[in-house]
This record gives sequence, C-alpha cells and structure tokens, in this order.
Amino acid sequence: MPPLLEVRDLHTEFRTGAGIVRAVDGISYSVDPGETVAIVGESGSGKSVSALSVMRLIPDPPGRIVSGEILFAGRDVMQLTEEEMREVRGGDIGMVFQEPMTSLNPVLTIGRQITETLEQHRGMDRAAAHQRAIELLGLVGISDAARRLKQYPHQLSGGMRQRIMIAIALACDPKLIIADEPTTALDVTIQAQILELMKDLTRRLNVALIIITHNLGVVARYANRVNVMYAGRLVESGAAAEVYHNPRHPYTMALLRSVPRLDRPRQERLDPVEGQPPDLTRLDAGCSFRPRCRFAVETCAVMRPPLEQAGAPGHLAACFQSAVVGLETGAAA
Amino acid sequence: MSVTTRDARPLLEVKGLRMHFPITEGLVTRKLVGEVKAVDGIDFTVRRGETLGLVGESGCGKTTTGRCILRLERPTGGEILYDGVDIAKMERKDLLALRRRIQVIFQDPYSSLNPRMKVGDILSEPMKVHGIEPDAGRRTARVRDLLSVCGLNQRFADRYPHEMSGGQRQRVGIARALALNPEFIVCDEAVSALDVSIQAQVVNLLEDLREQFGLTYLFIAHDLSVVRHLCQRVAVMYLGRIVEMADSDELFGNPMHPYTQALLAAVPVPDPSVEMHRSFRPVQGEVPSPINPPSGCVFHPRCAIAVAGCKETRPELRELRPGHFVACSEVG
Repeated sequence: MPPLLEVRDLHTEFRTGAGIVRAVDGISYSVDPGETVAIVGESGSGKSVSALSVMRLIPDPPGRIVSGEILFAGRDVMQLTEEEMREVRGGDIGMVFQEPMTSLNPVLTIGRQITETLEQHRGMDRAAAHQRAIELLGLVGISDAARRLKQYPHQLSGGMRQRIMIAIALACDPKLIIADEPTTALDVTIQAQILELMKDLTRRLNVALIIITHNLGVVARYANRVNVMYAGRLVESGAAAEVYHNPRHPYTMALLRSVPRLDRPRQERLDPVEGQPPDLTRLDAGCSFRPRCRFAVETCAVMRPPLEQAGAPGHLAACFQSAVVGLETGAAA
Repeated sequence: MSVTTRDARPLLEVKGLRMHFPITEGLVTRKLVGEVKAVDGIDFTVRRGETLGLVGESGCGKTTTGRCILRLERPTGGEILYDGVDIAKMERKDLLALRRRIQVIFQDPYSSLNPRMKVGDILSEPMKVHGIEPDAGRRTARVRDLLSVCGLNQRFADRYPHEMSGGQRQRVGIARALALNPEFIVCDEAVSALDVSIQAQVVNLLEDLREQFGLTYLFIAHDLSVVRHLCQRVAVMYLGRIVEMADSDELFGNPMHPYTQALLAAVPVPDPSVEMHRSFRPVQGEVPSPINPPSGCVFHPRCAIAVAGCKETRPELRELRPGHFVACSEVG
C-alpha cells in the first residue's frame, strides 16, 4: 500500500535579520494510512515547520518552502493552486494546534465554527451541518451539545476548547490530522483525557495522525513511529519501540537518558545533554550535533551524515558513528 | 546526595494559610460579589536544607502559596512562621530584610529579566538595593562569582537577555536569586519552560547550589518526574487545599489519595514497551471553579471512590503512615 503522505527532501527557510534560517533542511518522511507518527524535537528543531509545510501554512514572507516534494494521497501538494489547497486544509487534512484560544475565532459561536467547515468543504445546508455538529460534539465527549454550540470559545475551559478543535478537525472525515503540541498548554489530567480521546478516535475512524511534541512520554504512549529532529534535520527515524530501546543517534540516546522517569528508581543525578543547541543562522558543513557529541570523529566536522539504515529494517539514523552508538545502547538494554 | 538536616525547628511553618481574592462589581462603588478561594487553609512545614515539592494543576493554589511566602501577596488568613517569626501580617517597610533571606526563581526567564539591562546590572541591582557590597569593584567581582557558580562564562555580564538562550537566561535568573545570599528560595516552575535537554542541566545546577550554599527550596511544579527527582518531601494540592503530603519516596511509591493516584497515572512513561501494557482510565471531568468550590471534599465530583459523606464533610489531613498525610475519608 502506498503511503498516505510522502515528504521528499523538503527545505523550508526563513529570512531573518540575523540571516537565513534553514528551519527544515532536507527532510524526508512518510505516513501510512491510519498510523500515528510523532515528530519529536526541541524548540527550533524544525518540528512544527516540517508539518506546517505539508499544509503550505508557512507565512511568506519571511518563510518559504524552497524545494522538495509533498505527496498527499497521490497528489503533489506543491503543485496545487491556493484554491485547491484550501479544499485540502480542513477537508482531507485536519489540524489541531497547541493553543485552541488563538486558533478558534473568538467572535463566532462554537456551532458556527463547526458548521462553517461542513458547509464550506462538504456543501451541507445549515440544518444538516447543525445535525452533524451535534454528532461531532458527542464523538469528542462533550455532553449537552445543543447548549455548547451556542457558546463562544472564551466560555469554555482549555480542555473543552481542545475537544472542539478535534471536532472541527474530524468534521470532514479527514485522512490525516496534524496535531502540533496539542496538549502542551493543558494540565496533566486533561492532557491524558485529550490524548486518549485522539488515540481512540483515530483508531476507530482510521485516520492517520502526525503528532508534534517535545514530550517523550507522549511519543512512547501514542506513536507507532517516531521522527527525531535536531537543528532542522531528521537525525533518527523508526518504530517507536526500536528507537527508544536501541537508539542509533547520540542525540536521541542523550535525550532519552536526560529525562527523570517515574517508573524507575530515583537517580542520584540527572544525565543532561551538555551544551546548547546551535545557532541556526551559522551552521557549518558538518553534523550540527557535533559540538555536544561525545562520539564525534573528524569526518563529522567535514560533512553531514546522511540518514541511513541503522539496526533493524526501517530504522534510520544520520550518524557516522551509529554502529558505535548502537553497541553502547545495545549493551545497556 | 542531598542534605536532610532534621532540625528541631522547621525553617518555615505555614499554618491555616488562606488567600481569598475578592471579586467586585461596579466601577464607582465596588460591591463585593464573591471570592476566589485560591488557597483555602493549608498547613505544612519546610525543614532547613530540605526541598519541599508543591505540585498540582493550574488553579490549585501552588503559585499563590509561593507568592504569600514571598509576601508578594498579603494572606487573608493564617500564619507563616519564618524562622519563628510570623511574616504573614508584616508591614511593607519591614519586608526588605525578609527579601534578603527569601528569594525567588520564576518560570519564564523571558519575562522575568529586564530586557533593557545587561546581565551584569541585573545581578548587581539587588546588591545595590540592599546595600550589600557598596564597593563597585567588589560588586563586579561578586557578579563574576555568581555567573561562574551558575555555569556561565564571565563575558555574559556584558550581554543583554535577548542575546542568550532560554537555558542561559534561566541561569541568570538563578544567579540573581543567589545575589543576596538567601537561605530560602521559592522555585516557581523554574525548569518548566526549558527544553528537555536543558532542563536536566538546570535541575543538576539547582541540586549543586543547594549543597554548596545550604539552601532550602520550595519547589513549585507540575512535572511530577522532576519533582520526584529534586524533592525530599512533596505536598499535592487541589483547589486550594493540600490533599496529600509525604516523603517523596513514600508519596510516589504509595500514593493514597485518589487525586494523587490519578495524577500519577496520567503521566506517560518514556518507554513504549511499558506504555503498551499500561491501561488506565483518565480521571473524568475538569477542575471546578475556586469561586464556588464543591462542598465537602473538593475532589468528590471527579472521584471514583466517593461516597455520600464526601459531599458533606471536608476531610482533614490525617497521618495514615508515619509522615504520610492524606485528606480522604475513604482510604487508610
């Protein structure tokens, strides 16, 4: 079966006062129908830009998709007109953002925001759209739908607003949902409610999900596959269990070791990733993780390691030393 | 390893602390129409050299509690005995001396540092205000020391906050808190805004400083795994009250209050094999408004084991195991 989404050698850059930032610097990944793929990374790693590029939602200026191919359900997204693109956004691809308060329209009722989507994309009349909106609220676990539809976003709690966002994302039976830090602004018990809801709905409705997050626990619980980003590049990719138990990139390994875990005895001391992330306007020809890497060799300063198979089939890492890293993580496992 | 000096008298003793904010209506004649019960009668102590974690979700009152101890708020009830003296009702003019002893590290190093001041000035300002190190040369030397203990290069003294990364800025925030040689530091979500790889660096720094300077921390946070790592004792707050309090190992190993249990279950572990076999039902509903909190036990509307009596009487903290306090009538 062909993948639902295929991104090939995508480059997205931003012109800033300090110079050109290659926010996404040549990444390729794919998403199969119905699967959940996590993109994990820290601030500035390019994880959000890599997903927003798929929707062509990069503000231009200052941003620009420089090159690359984005194939969604067999169509080349880069070749679509703006008109056709609007059909895709909110139609076949739903979106859930971090801060529902800024992505919902504050002067429209919840009901109007859901029915608008349905009328726009599915040509429903008001009555049918209203009926479907009630159905959708039930689907995302909101009771008393008729009353909620008349309310405005500010009258709802953060968790409730995120449920509305999910309802809108699901409104047109999408094939893919892109969720950018969907629960980062929420409390932990509400985060659990929302993520369990998304997991349940995407499985039940066979919708693929790209979840962008910095939370390694969320990735472990909800993702089938994971893409790890660092300084605009994909440094490791593979099945979540494989990447977590047998990381082949020093950054992934260090990141996993740096978080305290509730399921393990308390460590004497945390094991941080030393140093700072690089300045994206001043990247050199070598591997951008090199200054923080204890495995680095001379080659790492000269050229960028390509993303290549490392370990099990489907497990990729961009590191000249991935075999050495594998020996260490394999020994630890 | 951490110091747990079990001093006879605690450094901080909070008794029946209340912070109710008035809700008013009308522009000219302000009519009192209600109260936000941000903190509604809590008791705890912090021993010298200890780190007490204060955890809970937004609106549980953990930050307000910290602000009361810093006397950025004047509590509406209760006592805050700091080194034996009640600071809850202290007048403004008497607070200056207190500020030297109690300092704060805020969550957001972007908004808590003055963007127009160089780092060197940010660090010398508290010394000027409090009249310590009046000699400019010695002040500069002290700034260098502070930068160095916080792991920053001395050339950062001439930089502005916007020229630094989030982790570096938070180190400046920590250096500023140390400038007056305080005994007690309120860390209000001090590592929450940092990236994962930087968070561990700052957590280690906080631990090192605690040992080096014999500091006592009140560590306010929502990230339970960081709290377990850094704190000797932990108090869990919900809707203005403490629902459970125990030594860290005991609380995380044997959580007894249904809310603490729900909170812990909601944290996904960064291990796909563990998560694959772990099933749980997230606690239902959301935190009610502190303007009109539920009667009796404030957690009863969301609680899986609530009985009729939970609506009637507010459960007090009971010591169910040595040093382990739980405010729930249905456990123990």
